[in-house]
Amino acid sequence: MASFLQQVVSGLASGGIYGSLALALVLIHRATGVINFAQGEMATFSTYILWTLTANHGWPYWPALAFTLAISFAGGVGVHQLVVRPVERGSLLRVVIVTIGLLLMLNGLVNRIWGGSQHSLYSPFPTRTIDVAGVAVSIQDIGTIGVSIGVVIVLWLFFQFTKVGLALRAAATNPAEARLIGVRVPWMLGLGWGLAAMLGAIAGALAAPSLASLDPNLMQATLIYAFAAAVLGGIDSPAGAVVGGLLLGVGLNLLGVYVDFIGAELRLPAALAVILVVLLVRPSGLFGKTVVKRV
Amino acid sequence: MSRLPRLAVPLAAFAVLAVAIVVMPAFLLGYREQQAAYVGLYTIALLGLNVLTGYTGQISLGHGAFMAVGGYTTAILMTDHGVKDIYTIPIAAVIAGGAGFLFGIPALRLSGLYLALATFAVAVATPAVIKKFEHFTGGGSGKNLFGSPELTGSLHPVHVLGHPLSFYNWLYFLVWTIALASYVAIWLFLRGRVGRALRAVRDSETAAMSSGVSLARYKTLAFGVSAAYAGVAGSLLVIVTTYVNPDTFPIGLSIFLLVGIVVGGLGSLLGMIAGGVLIEFLPFWAQDVSKSPGTPSVVYGVVLIALMFLLPSGVAGLFRRVGELRTHFKMKP
Amino acid sequence: MSPLLELVRVEARYGPVQALRGISLDVNEGEVVAILGANGAGKTTTLRAVSGTVRRSGTIRLAGKTLRGGPERAARAGIAHVPEGRGTFAELTVEENLRLGAYVRRGSIKADVDRVADWFPWLIERGNQPAGTLSGGEQQMLAVARALMSRPRLLMLDEPSLGLAPLIVREIFRIVRELNERDGLTVLVVEQDARIALDSAHRAYVLEVGEVKITGTSAELRGNESVRQSYLGY
Repeated sequence: MASFLQQVVSGLASGGIYGSLALALVLIHRATGVINFAQGEMATFSTYILWTLTANHGWPYWPALAFTLAISFAGGVGVHQLVVRPVERGSLLRVVIVTIGLLLMLNGLVNRIWGGSQHSLYSPFPTRTIDVAGVAVSIQDIGTIGVSIGVVIVLWLFFQFTKVGLALRAAATNPAEARLIGVRVPWMLGLGWGLAAMLGAIAGALAAPSLASLDPNLMQATLIYAFAAAVLGGIDSPAGAVVGGLLLGVGLNLLGVYVDFIGAELRLPAALAVILVVLLVRPSGLFGKTVVKRV
Repeated sequence: MSRLPRLAVPLAAFAVLAVAIVVMPAFLLGYREQQAAYVGLYTIALLGLNVLTGYTGQISLGHGAFMAVGGYTTAILMTDHGVKDIYTIPIAAVIAGGAGFLFGIPALRLSGLYLALATFAVAVATPAVIKKFEHFTGGGSGKNLFGSPELTGSLHPVHVLGHPLSFYNWLYFLVWTIALASYVAIWLFLRGRVGRALRAVRDSETAAMSSGVSLARYKTLAFGVSAAYAGVAGSLLVIVTTYVNPDTFPIGLSIFLLVGIVVGGLGSLLGMIAGGVLIEFLPFWAQDVSKSPGTPSVVYGVVLIALMFLLPSGVAGLFRRVGELRTHFKMKP
Repeated sequence: MSPLLELVRVEARYGPVQALRGISLDVNEGEVVAILGANGAGKTTTLRAVSGTVRRSGTIRLAGKTLRGGPERAARAGIAHVPEGRGTFAELTVEENLRLGAYVRRGSIKADVDRVADWFPWLIERGNQPAGTLSGGEQQMLAVARALMSRPRLLMLDEPSLGLAPLIVREIFRIVRELNERDGLTVLVVEQDARIALDSAHRAYVLEVGEVKITGTSAELRGNESVRQSYLGY
């Protein structure tokens, strides 16, 4: 029983990370209709910036994180305006290949700039465990869950109650009508990419300490898990992304422990099986709306 | 291939190309022949993928997985069942084609990005799944074909029409014969009813449906055919490399296949060959730029993005546009 | 006094098709002006040219200043364009639609909300409903209410009667007339239904194949033989 609870808690923590990255994917898909295959690498890049500031330049954690978030935001906007915007209206194939090109480029850059030895990222959460009802629970995990939930709440508040958030939602669903009321749609979409990049940075900052070491392939697997979470929850549903992430995190942990066949080696394929099954059985996911194809 | 051209011109062009291919090895050093063989087998995979994406508009980021099916079929048949390598090729085609056809059925429900995502998932999972079923696949250590008697030309030189061929020489001709035959097969396949139906599906699914074209049949057919071709390519890959392990077919391969057909302009044989050249040589060109780690990926990424910006219809599309320009001038009084 | 809106020899095309072949018209402050014509005459394109939704050449002036750029600039200049099909954000709530209407305004929008409540009290009650669940007529009124939120200098309505029952159409035009009479709102309305348009407008322009064929006051046009035959049906 204790082991079960531990698996659930650590599953929720990894699920929070998957959900954060999934939220980024959903944000971009809702705003620009693009699945950003490079989201994971963007997050890795941000995490390395955070590492460089704290480990190499001795910045204290919180200012470094704030600065990293700011740079990530700028990076997200920049990527959208420079690389995605010129191709986002045209053939789907082109857009897919552009984001994949971005994936390759960023992966390579991370390797070039920081590659080689493994580093470890400082975490603001202590690594001890505390005793909750007789179960040893890691504070890092609790912190991760807390941050993930916090981020989701902040984002929700932003979209529901601010003028810009509302404008972004309008630009994402009806860009033509949004222009008529004065919304600068391209900037809104760029804003969406900036926010998504920030979410990715947060996901990376949470993931790195959990995985004990920071290496260039940090977010590759996480990206797949994030895809699975987004698909499970509904690729256009922010709530779905988060719930999907949590479900996936817990589910994969439990599957890995209790189903021998899957164990640790088939964790990734299991997530991919989730993607396939959901896409085939109920493509709109748990919370998405079924899109009626108008002939 | 949107207009049915008079047979004379393309036949002549094909003949010229075939002659060039036959004559090439005289100018190539041994290892270059092996590289040319790789170009040829990638071209086969691209010809098949072109049917899927260029003709029915379905995006696949997972054709490396079908290549893996073909490749492992060949490796297992050769090492565990003593089947001669060339006989494994058609078997690989059938098995991979069957897998593709089966995948194509549920894939009908997915469109655009979702299909790309699903096929991406399949490709990423492939190495892990291969490792898991190790009693079949040899797991992480893979299967070694070099020196086995089933591998033609590895122990004794091959004799074709009385001429002894070196190992690489033989591989070159094996691959390119199959490549040219594949092209002819595709060309015949796409003429007439099937081709028209496929093009109709690409241009407008709704219109195709209204004219009675069974979308399901043609889309799954396209998946099956493209997978079969990938299977042949995978089989040849393993034969040429004489070795296979789970990392022979990484996600990067699937990505490059897609890039290959976009560069090739979703159309002609020359375009597919151009794509094959890109897939084979880009890693080397990237290394020439700089030896520091990560540079190849940066180069690939930049090249991909640049290509998408500069060549919206790929290399062969460029050729076609130039061709159109020339006929335009010819028609002026 | 110079007109609020002036179009001078405006041309617009959709690819190879020339939709407007040099339209000149004006709208004075406090007027309701109608644009009539058959399908494809260029009525909608005229509004799109004003709001900058379509690329055009020629001169367009609002209160003497030349209008340039896209819809975002037009909206900031005080033009509220209610497009064909209402342009409501179906997935957002009624309240959110109204808030968006005031996007270009700074400061408190409370006074504007009160004004809308005055004109459409039922809308405020249905604030949390997704706009897409409103009926066609209700959405049209929501669209007008949203336009009011921006305190526009010019309200442009594109085919407000489209797809609506005659009773509802009359109600909408009644509101438009009242807005014009009570609040002095300047309105440019494109309409297929010439009769109700002429009942509500001071002046009108009749377009044919991208050009202004006839113009005059409503009374003049109602008396015009060809207008009666082609557009009024008698």
